[in-house]
Amino acid sequence: MSSRDARRGGVAAWFDERLGISDVVAFLRHKTVPLGGHTVWYYFGGVSLFLFGIQVATGLLLLFYYKPGVDSSYESVQYIVTRVPFGWLMRSLHAWSANLMVFAVFVHMFSVYFLKAYRPPRELTWMTGVGLLVLTLTFGFSGYLLPWNQLAFFATKVGTDITAVVPLLGPTVARLLRGGDEVGAATLTRFFGIHVAVLPAAFTGVVFLHLVLVQRQGMSDVASAHATPRRGMAFYPGFILRDVILWLGVLAILLTLCTFSPWDLGLKADPFASAPAGIRPEWYFTFVSQSLKYLPAHILGVDGEVVGICTFAAGAAFLFLVPFLDRGAAAGTRSPLFTLIGIAIVLFMLTMLTLAYVKPY
Amino acid sequence: MAFGSRESVGLSRRSLLDLLLSGSFVAFLGAIVYPVARYLMPPKVPETAVSSVIAARITDVAPNSGKTFRFGSKPGILVRLPSGEWRAFSAVCTHLQCTVQYRSDLERMWCPCHNGQFDLTGKNVTGPPPAPLEAFDVIVRGEELVVSRRA
Repeated sequence: MSSRDARRGGVAAWFDERLGISDVVAFLRHKTVPLGGHTVWYYFGGVSLFLFGIQVATGLLLLFYYKPGVDSSYESVQYIVTRVPFGWLMRSLHAWSANLMVFAVFVHMFSVYFLKAYRPPRELTWMTGVGLLVLTLTFGFSGYLLPWNQLAFFATKVGTDITAVVPLLGPTVARLLRGGDEVGAATLTRFFGIHVAVLPAAFTGVVFLHLVLVQRQGMSDVASAHATPRRGMAFYPGFILRDVILWLGVLAILLTLCTFSPWDLGLKADPFASAPAGIRPEWYFTFVSQSLKYLPAHILGVDGEVVGICTFAAGAAFLFLVPFLDRGAAAGTRSPLFTLIGIAIVLFMLTMLTLAYVKPY
Repeated sequence: MAFGSRESVGLSRRSLLDLLLSGSFVAFLGAIVYPVARYLMPPKVPETAVSSVIAARITDVAPNSGKTFRFGSKPGILVRLPSGEWRAFSAVCTHLQCTVQYRSDLERMWCPCHNGQFDLTGKNVTGPPPAPLEAFDVIVRGEELVVSRRA
């Protein structure tokens, strides 16, 4: 052993003694990921986490130039994308990666749903996951307003009014979100604080819990096959290296999108102008906005939108509580009803998404 | 008996302490949560009650077209009918508060957010809006159009 190797070994040993890194590596080598036809779905949680990391990094960079305020938000984003070196890249990365993250989170959620991986003992893993989905969508909703452009202004007006429609607490929550009666300067300040401080803190906490639970219980195997022993892949280095290769692929897709289709800024918000024709929210909210278009003014004497919003709220509650509702999966048997409900939800969302882009009115 | 009574005294002392302790804990939490909740709720700002504004000049709006204007803190819409007659309404859609626009092809007010339509009296005629638009009065004063809230 040369003296250099000894020195490196010495430094590594010094850190290992204090941090216990070799114990962690030994643990990760021991941890296995089930192999089989469904292994591909295990990657989407990791992809979501990777994209969240990109969000944190690019978000921090945008904070160096972004100035919240009705007279400065739009102008500062314009400055970032036109004057700041690589500003267009940072902003596009943030916007595109946000969209890919929402997509990855949805794929992750539905794959876990269809594999019934929420069955005991992983109920809390599922529920923290639904919490992360809600936080991801709230990130999207709050961040959308920050450039203070026309589409964002109306999306926020409609979005906060949707909360106002919810009976009892709705109007109070809407006022709390807006920081007043109307969407304006106070709303922008609140959404900025929520987007850059409240949500990142909450997300980090819930993600930590989610990962601790995944770690503690191991990855779920497919319900139908759980009686037979299955092959597994070591988490380290086998699975983690495949993860990294996929992340690099996602990064390549992301950079391609940013380069060839940089995110648009649009027109500055004007609170006294009409909403433009063809207005729609981000694609992941179109299943709500498009279905609201088809509801009549009144359903059984109740305002149509109240019925619609309460139905979506019930859907969210169903999703959150599905580990306790799906008794079949909990008992280790098949539960085709819940598979059908899942398929119906996916088909509904895809139909509304398509209609929003192909035949909005 | 003496043992039993001592135990019952001990139990009630314990439950009294539990009650006091949990009561103070709830009070402590309340003392934190209440100011924070009140702080987050924005104070009511007295709105300057606008009763009338100069919405536009006659030459700004051609027949069979419309124009939004600022009415207090909310948008209003001024419509010149094909006949030349003036109408004005609140431009806030009664569905989910988007701002409506005038569609000359339909001769109606239209909300692009969820495809709601209002006729030229402000009545919700098709789509999801549950109520009509609030109608305002329009007075032509020289070159100017004065829009005022109905009494």
